[in-house]
Amino acid sequence: MNRRLLLALGIIATVGLSLLPFLWFVLTSFKSQGEIEAAPPAWWPSGSLGFYRSALFDHHLFDYVLNSVVVAGSTTLLALLLAIPAAYALARLTIPGKQGILAVLLCVSMFPQMAIAGPVWRLLDAIGGLNHRWGVVLPYVALTLPLAIWILASFFKELPPELEDAARVDGCGPWGTLLRITLPLATPGIFTASILILIYAWNEFFFALLILTQPEQQTLPVGIALFQGEFTMPWGELAAASVVATLPLIVVVLLCQRWIVSGLSAGAVKG
Amino acid sequence: MAELDLRTISKSFRDQPVLRDISLQVPDGSFTILLGPSGCGKSTLLRIIAGLESQTSGQVLIDGKDVDHLPPAERDIAMVFQQYALYPHLSVRENLAFALKMRRVPRDTIATRIAEAAQLLDIQPLLDRKPKDLSGGQRQRVAMGRAIVRKPKLFLFDEPLSNLDAQLRTSMRIELKKLQQRLQATMIYVTHDQVEAMTLGDRIVVIEGGRIRQADDPQRTYAAPADPFVASFIGTPPMNLWEGTLTRESGGHVFHNHGLTLPLPASLRFPPATPRSAVTLGIRPEDIALRETPRALQLNGSVDLVEDLGADLLLHCRVGDGRLVVRAARRTDRIQGQAVTLFFPVDKLHLFINHRRFDPPFASAT
Repeated sequence: MNRRLLLALGIIATVGLSLLPFLWFVLTSFKSQGEIEAAPPAWWPSGSLGFYRSALFDHHLFDYVLNSVVVAGSTTLLALLLAIPAAYALARLTIPGKQGILAVLLCVSMFPQMAIAGPVWRLLDAIGGLNHRWGVVLPYVALTLPLAIWILASFFKELPPELEDAARVDGCGPWGTLLRITLPLATPGIFTASILILIYAWNEFFFALLILTQPEQQTLPVGIALFQGEFTMPWGELAAASVVATLPLIVVVLLCQRWIVSGLSAGAVKG
Repeated sequence: MAELDLRTISKSFRDQPVLRDISLQVPDGSFTILLGPSGCGKSTLLRIIAGLESQTSGQVLIDGKDVDHLPPAERDIAMVFQQYALYPHLSVRENLAFALKMRRVPRDTIATRIAEAAQLLDIQPLLDRKPKDLSGGQRQRVAMGRAIVRKPKLFLFDEPLSNLDAQLRTSMRIELKKLQQRLQATMIYVTHDQVEAMTLGDRIVVIEGGRIRQADDPQRTYAAPADPFVASFIGTPPMNLWEGTLTRESGGHVFHNHGLTLPLPASLRFPPATPRSAVTLGIRPEDIALRETPRALQLNGSVDLVEDLGADLLLHCRVGDGRLVVRAARRTDRIQGQAVTLFFPVDKLHLFINHRRFDPPFASAT
């Protein structure tokens, strides 16, 4: 009984601590300017939507949301499109040096962003990618691919190979097998990978700041960071914009969560 | 329905030979068993026939046509896998329809074929379930149904019953035999279970170490095994085998094995080079008599252990330094520890010279 109580308290403390900043800026976004600046802080907001109005209309928040949707969406699609065949090949085909390829992939994702920022900028400059949304999509895809390939390859590996043999005997070529049998069964893996890619591309700040200098192309994190005026920090607008930036991600993750179920392949083979 | 012709098939994995020079003809409508211990290459051979694996050398011909360069889909074969390999995201009906859809068979033909197969296998009530909601036996039926709806030239089975419990396996075995007789189809069936092989097959192909040891009908495989391996692999308990040497002595040939000396009938004719060469002598447990039998060799031993199988008894005996097993009728009054006299009828003895059957060794003896 005592242990369960301790466990419950531990969970409450952990969840509370991690949600506290989020809770605070949600509360802040509904405050008025006066409440934000009150000397003993005002705990409970009056429910003003003024900051939302100003964030959306004065600071062009919608443009940033749109940019983020385009960038994160195309990053996810492109990365999956490349990662699925690569992971399938690494999981199933006999490729010399397969382990080496996987290890190198992992190394790629370990480079500190700082170290590759310069080269990435020069490369994009050379191909005219600066200040284009596709200019950030390219490095995002490159940086998320290793993780996506690792996740997908381990999912593909767990599927019974007999299923693919059966599909081949039944008349599927390699692509047919991948599309009709392997992919439907690897749905949990594909959702897991896409959510991780999406979160990365949605939240990424550094490359976006580096590559997108025009407000018309900037994504949410950059846009919000550049909210600050010349003399004052618009805390209210920042909080409102952060809520707007976070909500879509939460919704997507919650929606996808029910697809991230393992055991979808139960019943294929014995056990 | 079709005939299959394998011509000198060899297969190596990374220079490790798995199959060596396999030549085999499977006539139309026959039920052929590929039998062997695990790792003997029998499943690899089946996968080569299916086209899932490519041979290092040799040819696979179906109906006289070389299919070596055809992918599995174009060989018109159906395969039933050990682990069933049902598509888990599809219902039973969709599982049965899958291969037909891939071949663009008209919709109403698919429906008819599924209805036929479902009736044949008694799985009509299961058609709308997913594989995970089926029992092991039901999954096995669906896996067979998936092959039947195809009406393929060749059915390939890769140990399809080995995941079922003993009782279910026996009943599925009988159903499979009936099914084959009804469909009159050419079937090739891989198993390591000699009981399945004996009961199902028209022909048993015993494979060991990547080579065909014997290809014969079940009765002949049992009655006249081609070499000591087949002799020991087929039959439960296995044939009693002794390795020894043959010497020519005044009265005729004598078989020697550590501690065991067995004078063989003088009438035996051996090839000239035989004396002193390595021979294996064998006799099946049920062929050893405990009573005086005409034309039998006589040996004295003792009973170490009695196993009661219900229908009959297995007597584990010691003769000299060697051991042997005797299958005896239930009413045998031999008990543990007692001395026995064993009679080996000469026409029941199997003799292998340099690991080949010497045949007929004793039939001509008078």
